[in-house]
Amino acid sequence: MAHAVDHAVPTPAILREVNPAVLPRAVLVENNRSFSWITEKICGIIEAKTPTWWWVCFSLACFVASFTVAGIIYLVATGVGVWGHANPVNWAWDIVNFVFWIGIGHAGTLISAILCLLRQKWRTSINRAAEAMTIFAVVCAGIFPVFHVGRVWYAWYLFPIPNSNVIWQNFRSPLEWDVFAVSTYGTVSVLFWYIGLLPDLAVLRDRFFAAGNTFRSFLYGLFALGWRGSNRHWSNYEMAYLILAGISTPLVLSVHTIVSFDFAVSLLPGWHTTIFPPYFVAGAIFSGFGMVLTLMLPLRAIYGLQDLITQYHIDCMCKITLATGTIVGYAYGMEFFIAWYSTNPYEGFAFVNRAFGHYAWAYWVMISCNVITPQFFWFKSVRENTSLVWILSIFVNVGMWFERFVIIVTSLARDFLPSSWGYYSPSIVEIFTFFGTFGVFSVLFLLFIRFLPVMPMAELKAVLPQADVHGGRGLNDKH
Amino acid sequence: MSKLFPKSANSLPFQILIYLGLVVGIATAGVTYYMTPKYTRVGYAPVQPVPFSHAKHVQEVGLDCRYCHSNVDKSAHSNVPTAQTCMNCHSVIKANSPLLAPIRESYEKGTAVPWVWIHHTPDHAYFNHAVHVNRGVSCVECHGKVNEMDVVTHSQPLSMGFCIECHRNPELRLRDPKDVYNLDSKRLADQGAAGLKTAENFVHDWKVKPPQSCSGCHR
Repeated sequence: MAHAVDHAVPTPAILREVNPAVLPRAVLVENNRSFSWITEKICGIIEAKTPTWWWVCFSLACFVASFTVAGIIYLVATGVGVWGHANPVNWAWDIVNFVFWIGIGHAGTLISAILCLLRQKWRTSINRAAEAMTIFAVVCAGIFPVFHVGRVWYAWYLFPIPNSNVIWQNFRSPLEWDVFAVSTYGTVSVLFWYIGLLPDLAVLRDRFFAAGNTFRSFLYGLFALGWRGSNRHWSNYEMAYLILAGISTPLVLSVHTIVSFDFAVSLLPGWHTTIFPPYFVAGAIFSGFGMVLTLMLPLRAIYGLQDLITQYHIDCMCKITLATGTIVGYAYGMEFFIAWYSTNPYEGFAFVNRAFGHYAWAYWVMISCNVITPQFFWFKSVRENTSLVWILSIFVNVGMWFERFVIIVTSLARDFLPSSWGYYSPSIVEIFTFFGTFGVFSVLFLLFIRFLPVMPMAELKAVLPQADVHGGRGLNDKH
Repeated sequence: MSKLFPKSANSLPFQILIYLGLVVGIATAGVTYYMTPKYTRVGYAPVQPVPFSHAKHVQEVGLDCRYCHSNVDKSAHSNVPTAQTCMNCHSVIKANSPLLAPIRESYEKGTAVPWVWIHHTPDHAYFNHAVHVNRGVSCVECHGKVNEMDVVTHSQPLSMGFCIECHRNPELRLRDPKDVYNLDSKRLADQGAAGLKTAENFVHDWKVKPPQSCSGCHR
């Protein structure tokens, strides 16, 4: 009966009027820029005369890349022994560099796939360049395992292709899983990047045609695949983009999980741990965002893209770096805890040896770069100091390279039997080959910023207030 | 912008796929046929310095393989006989034949007869003759019916695939050990169900465990 009474005599509302808190959306393109401003700005980078700094950087990058070419030619002509690996450390810089570069790629996939599905609109300013970074990083990563095979012309044995030797791959080996993980990753990343480029390539095609440059118009037109921007094109495009985002999302997690299995599935103390997959994925995203910051901040300064890559974008990237860096720091601590908690003497030794053994210098470089560096990003004043953010991002890159070095080399150099202990130093050929990959990466990235739109113009326009049919006001606002 | 892609370009991806499939298919078939040992090695029958006929010596004279290749069941390497072995008979039979001049020269001077090597194991593969013949793998499995050859011919591909197929299913190719040097004998597996059973028991009892790992042969 109480119900009926309530119904009969309505209780007064607690508040006379409901005033929802106003949380303004961050402005993604500053200074109230128009659609045409975005097109002019992004296309202007490509259409302008090649700047002198570009030629200087490109020549320098080619010179550095020649170190990789020379190192590889020497290796193929001589044999894989020119690298410094020897018993007991049979995996060293090659695998360190492979994991380092593959890890860097992960930020691009996270930005393009997961942030797309989560409708994080700030991704639009950085996703094109980050995806390019992913592809170029995979190219650099691939060099190392492929040439570590030694007889590189037999590298196709990695793939299960029926052959006259009737041999078949060992599918129980995580190294074989790696082949599939990385090749899938490379393929999907290229597709994703290319699909996203289509509308922008068509814009360039039309602009070069209008300017009378038929050759470049033809080239862009060839790759634009006849894009006319019709409704049906956009509808198919959006669906394809969404599907690829769906396919890429598990790849963000799976690729580095499988890379971590290369170690975790083995029995070596320091490798054989269940924390590896999440720890590697967090580390990969951490290093990837480090690299995105390293690349985007100079790009922003050189081309005056402050209206498109705003302080809000930098804040977001710094916060992700901080979060993933802290996860990595937690994993370092947890490894030590489990080594102690398991009471396994080999495990315990492996970690004490990491921190205080022959490679302690590498361990402490890793700790300072990966655990301490990101903590600066707690402070707004640090995040607003672009030069400082850039310097810190370099430390993140250095630290993540050392993390892979510490994991791989210290465990191999000190395994179960003291009789098989050793110390590893890289050979000059290895050093050259790794140094050169920065040149390979830079050459590719410089070509990218010179010839392709560094930001997705169509997507950027969609986050402008003008693109909102409700004029930037919510659906329920009273006009 | 002028039309870069005419309407017919819509079928272009399909056409490219078909042509690519054709080209790759033909290339694969060509390489598989013309560039594998089935084609490159089978049928190799070089002219030897002495026209030695295995058919005559086995079928008419009745020699066992091991009379000349005397270490085949003791050593990894199956030896080609020295001129001394030939001269056991040819110091009396056809002692002055001009065809045997290289044998006599080798016998007198101690130099080797320049036989042309036909069945060549690559440097990176390890092969042990004794292990095979002592576990029921007959000469004929790899060398063919040498007892019927006037000129020795490379009769099997001896490719890696050839080795592996036997290593995966040895019971299908084994003979009774007493038949190993009888090149006209039948495999156990070809002698009905009882023969196959015998072969399987032999594989078990004699611990025939052919390696299939890389390091079994590429040591």
